[in-house]
Amino acid sequence: MVRLQNPVLKKELKLRFRSFKSFSAIIFYLLTLLVFTVGFFLVVTDFKGKGFIGPEMNVVLFTMLTFVQLSLVLFMTPGLTAGAISTEREKQTLNILLTTSQTSWQIIFGKLTSSISYLLLLLLAGMPISSVVFLFGGISPSDFVLTYAYMIVILIALASIGILMSTLIRKTIVAMITTYGIMLFLTVMTAFFVFVTLSVQTGFDGSELGGQKPFSYFFMAINPLIHMASVIYPEVSESALTVTSMDLPLWVTHISFYVIITVLCLWIATKNIRVNMK
Amino acid sequence: MIEIKGLTKKYGSFVALDHLDLTVNSGVVFGFVGANGAGKSTTFSILATLLAPDEGDALIDGKSIRKNSAEVRRKIGYMPDFFGVYDQLKADEYLEFFASSYGMSDADIQKQIPKVLELVNLTDKKREYVDDLSRGMKQRLCLARTLMHDPEVLILDEPASGLDPRARVEMRDVLHALKEVGKTILISSHILPELAEMCDEIGVIDQGKLIAHGDIKAIQKQLSQEKTLHMTLLENADTQTTMAFLESKQLKAEIEGQVMTIQFDGDEQAMHALLKEALQQDLPIVGFAEQKKDLEDVFMAITKGED
Repeated sequence: MVRLQNPVLKKELKLRFRSFKSFSAIIFYLLTLLVFTVGFFLVVTDFKGKGFIGPEMNVVLFTMLTFVQLSLVLFMTPGLTAGAISTEREKQTLNILLTTSQTSWQIIFGKLTSSISYLLLLLLAGMPISSVVFLFGGISPSDFVLTYAYMIVILIALASIGILMSTLIRKTIVAMITTYGIMLFLTVMTAFFVFVTLSVQTGFDGSELGGQKPFSYFFMAINPLIHMASVIYPEVSESALTVTSMDLPLWVTHISFYVIITVLCLWIATKNIRVNMK
Repeated sequence: MIEIKGLTKKYGSFVALDHLDLTVNSGVVFGFVGANGAGKSTTFSILATLLAPDEGDALIDGKSIRKNSAEVRRKIGYMPDFFGVYDQLKADEYLEFFASSYGMSDADIQKQIPKVLELVNLTDKKREYVDDLSRGMKQRLCLARTLMHDPEVLILDEPASGLDPRARVEMRDVLHALKEVGKTILISSHILPELAEMCDEIGVIDQGKLIAHGDIKAIQKQLSQEKTLHMTLLENADTQTTMAFLESKQLKAEIEGQVMTIQFDGDEQAMHALLKEALQQDLPIVGFAEQKKDLEDVFMAITKGED
């Protein structure tokens, strides 16, 4: 058996799985996926339970399941991470933890990995349901893996933002609201900015003003929903590049942005969890 | 050994610590006494590397809290005045978590847990959830936690606060046991008579400054110039003559029944002279005693009753 070297991770996992909330969240997650999947079949078969689902319809099912899972991840991650440090502070356990020999990075990493591993468990638990798409063709295993990989990138980045907010903001509720605010900015506001920046560079008569549109491109690339759509439908990605006159694939900017956000958030959180004694 | 050098901490215009200097030698149990807001917890938080001082430094076993904070953390066991516990962990899991946070091996942890639980008298609670323990037990468990990595210095901020009398006695017994094993203990408390019993030295802090420091007897002696004397007169005897005698000596006295309480500024020789003269004047005295001062009185006298 692999021994967990990080005490915080070990403790967090123990506490998490002693709480009924963790199991109820898994049940809620799986039920949601199930409702959408069964609902899809019922709608497609006109509620008769009999019919034919071709590869094209299967792509729609795959898209729906991917977006449902992505949405669940986007909504659950702030709730799981934004209280990681601030709850310890509120429960007056943080001071004791900070006087141990653990490095600031070990504490942050332990908190992050415990939340991420729980979210990964959710994704893993949902795989038997979402793999129903393999029954009807049109979806390759690589498509399946790729969507999960991008979801994990977003999940880690959002978890890092949650951990940072939890470190910087004393009250859990404020940290949580801030993290949800950032999540909504990334998903909703960036889509709005895409629309605004595209409009600004288009004439009143609808004619293209020409030239590259780096801002529109950037907001498209960092928007998790637009990017996920471009992963499932390559034509979305091609149109995005055409409209913005950019060459760099969306996924490159997407990954780079979220990796930078993750590193930056974890670095700032590590620097700020303890006071600078010097 | 703890050496505090010119430690200063300000919160805006409020000076919580004002160039505090203090040395506590190894193996000494040092009681830190002060009113609320005097600077005790601020000092302890700085020593525990939880708060950065504005000026000054402190050395724990020669390691600077500023430059070697990681090493300092390894050398200390800190128990804050207010703390939480992980309710859903069992007592031994709680200790295991903190021990592993100090990098102890599993084998060492399993050896140490029974020892510290025995010391704090919680052996039978080993597999109980922390949530099910009483307040006093949680305090003792937290103390056990500070001992898991066998630190050289214990910093205990009001370890007996909020405990009922029985739990206080149990906590005091544990601290006595720790004193026996030679730990350097820095402890603050409002239960001053308890400190008097267990501390080798005390320091009195007021408005961020150390205003008295030394062994308890020395501090009590320092204050013993101002004495309270109780003079008891014969039942039904006239008190006016005695009162007139005291007034002639310019001593302030209050009378309640047959007992006169006198504020006296002098040493034992002066007390002897006063009694001798009173008896020579045939005053109806049947009792003459100095009111013994405990640490509570010392504290109130030094801080002038501010709280």
